[in-house]
Amino acid sequence: MNEYTDKIQEIASRWQNKRGSLIMILHDLQEEFGYIERKAALEVARITRIPLAKIYEVVTFYHYFKLSPPAKYVISVCKGTACYLKGACRVAGEIKKILGVEEGAPTPDGLFMLRTVRCLGCCGLAPVVDINGRIFSRVDVKNIRDIIAEYRRKR
Amino acid sequence: MNKVKITINSSDIFVPQGISILEAAKMAHINIPTLCKHPDLPPSAACGLCIVKLLPSGKMVRSCCMPVEEGMKIITHDSDIVSVRRTVLELILSAHPNDCLKCGRNNNCELQTLVSDFGIREETFDKYILDLPQDNSTCSIVLDPAKCIKCGRCLEVCQEVQGVWALSFLGRGFNTRFAPAGDIKLSESPCVKCGQCAGYCPTGAILEKDEVARIWEALRDEDKYCVVQIAPAVRVAVGEGFGLEAGTNLTRKLYALLRRLGFKAVFDTNFGADVTVMEEAAEFVERFMHNKGPLPLITTCCPSWVDYMEKFRPDMIGHFSSCKSPHEILGVLAKTYYAQKYNIAPQKIFMVSIMPCTSKKYEITRSDEMFASGYQDIDAVLTTRELIRMIKQAGVDFLNLPEEEADNILGEYSGAGVIFGASGGVMEAALRTAYFLIEGRDMPEVELNEVRGLEGIKSACVTIKGREVKVAVAHGLGNVENLLNRLREHKQGENVPLYHFIEVMACRGGCVGGGGQPYGATDALRRKRMEGLYEDDRQAQTRFSHHNVFVKKLYTDFLGKPLSNKSISLLHARYKERPLYVR
Repeated sequence: MNEYTDKIQEIASRWQNKRGSLIMILHDLQEEFGYIERKAALEVARITRIPLAKIYEVVTFYHYFKLSPPAKYVISVCKGTACYLKGACRVAGEIKKILGVEEGAPTPDGLFMLRTVRCLGCCGLAPVVDINGRIFSRVDVKNIRDIIAEYRRKR
Repeated sequence: MNKVKITINSSDIFVPQGISILEAAKMAHINIPTLCKHPDLPPSAACGLCIVKLLPSGKMVRSCCMPVEEGMKIITHDSDIVSVRRTVLELILSAHPNDCLKCGRNNNCELQTLVSDFGIREETFDKYILDLPQDNSTCSIVLDPAKCIKCGRCLEVCQEVQGVWALSFLGRGFNTRFAPAGDIKLSESPCVKCGQCAGYCPTGAILEKDEVARIWEALRDEDKYCVVQIAPAVRVAVGEGFGLEAGTNLTRKLYALLRRLGFKAVFDTNFGADVTVMEEAAEFVERFMHNKGPLPLITTCCPSWVDYMEKFRPDMIGHFSSCKSPHEILGVLAKTYYAQKYNIAPQKIFMVSIMPCTSKKYEITRSDEMFASGYQDIDAVLTTRELIRMIKQAGVDFLNLPEEEADNILGEYSGAGVIFGASGGVMEAALRTAYFLIEGRDMPEVELNEVRGLEGIKSACVTIKGREVKVAVAHGLGNVENLLNRLREHKQGENVPLYHFIEVMACRGGCVGGGGQPYGATDALRRKRMEGLYEDDRQAQTRFSHHNVFVKKLYTDFLGKPLSNKSISLLHARYKERPLYVR
């Protein structure tokens, strides 16, 4: 815990007394921890004397800032025109069913998160799904089950 | 002040330089509609209703945040302007639930009034209502974020005026909502329950917690002996709910009314205030004359202030008066002293406080000391707004009731007791008695004008027995914070305290501007309410708490003297540091 607070103290002091310091502190925090944890926000409030409510106003205003830990595997379903026409919505619906979470929310075990993206630039392979940078082509409601099961086995 | 000449709807008018078009129009007898601009608060240009046209360009601007300039030609209403305002209202309605009949602001809602004025009869846009739950977590305030129109008034008050920062706007665009940091419950936030947010909200998004039904139940319960007390600030504001001018004093009609509602005995919080003065003045003399405790002594009648201090400034707890607030004192005395004298079982007494304040609802269970009688000293608190509704539910012809007196032995009050409801009043009242305790005679000049009025921080110096007593009064928690900073800076340097005695009230103007008072408070209105209390003081039989015969009787028959062991155990409390955020 002390190491943790020391780290936050160090990040906060990098930007203290500089104009617009809050956003810079939040950027560095997210860089360091992957998201803005409540205890980190409380610590920043304590150190900088910026009200916690103001910190949350900023964090929730920008989509960039995350309040929950990112999932280990981010599943991006392409909904560009080609993928859309080839059934991307059915695939996304199936993934939601398999994971049991809505888009943008990580699974309780922190393993997966579903999001949609616009054209990944490989329309000939439509519909495509990207998992942490690896592209899966011609995905359908059947093979997506196997793909996710494969990742779950790997953990 | 420099004046500029402008033209509003073809009439020329001279107005002070720098004011907004909205304010200038008011001087020309035009009330431009707005839902976000409040006379006490800076403009936020959030709602877009207050647009006017500038000539010759015909450009539409928001009048709340556009300052007047020499030669400006302004049109405040024509078919274009009315049409744009209608569209703005229709857009607001598209994100507002159709809940008017069941809403706490029905018939008293700024949005509803404008929608009615503009004759909007149908829904032009599809509805987009956020599915957000109510927050009932505090004893004082209910948040209903689905009804929020994002005007931002509550945030301006909570963040800038009060400096509490309990509420914030989270998210963006359509999904913007007001909530404590990170969507936690209000009870887990730094909220001090002052209720100013509720007073400024133009709609039903923030309301006091309504307990009227509980009071009706209690009044019907034959096992309960229902008694009631009214706070000083209530009597000069309740009339506003019946079309009377602010400041009209209805004390004796209230006594008559409360009996007709079914209360067995009607007491006056002002009596409790007189007892507070006795205890607090004695406490001050102990510290000032005999160095028994740190100076300045700071008053603690205001529960929002107590909550603020415990959360934000625990280092100042030692300066706090341990004396409870007047209604708590009256509550504990009703269930001990009064119960014994009149041979009533204290467990049967159901004590209701009618208060200008939402925080008093929280105060009654805030610590073990609020159960000093062995029972909960105050069973329920109603705000002035709830009382107005209760009167209307009962159908009592309130304004035409005969005047009656309060009940002995907790009903008689001095002029010092009644001014508790105005910022500066507690200070003035306590000094009258402190002077008497030290000098052995009454103050020749009782009115301390320096601590009256609406300036944020007021100070005065009174000479008692050749020694200067320096006092300060702050109201509105933002002003309080500034005063505390002055104290803190001074503390590091010198041994002589900057002030000896400080009065603090969380709400602007003191309790007359409380979060439970009738809607629409502005400075002009607060002044009228204050004046109503000062007039009651001038008319009082005695203006000194120590000359209140029933206060004397209380000490002779029951308590002994101020700060006696019995007084300490019944009338005093301790304070402790509390976390700003529970999680």
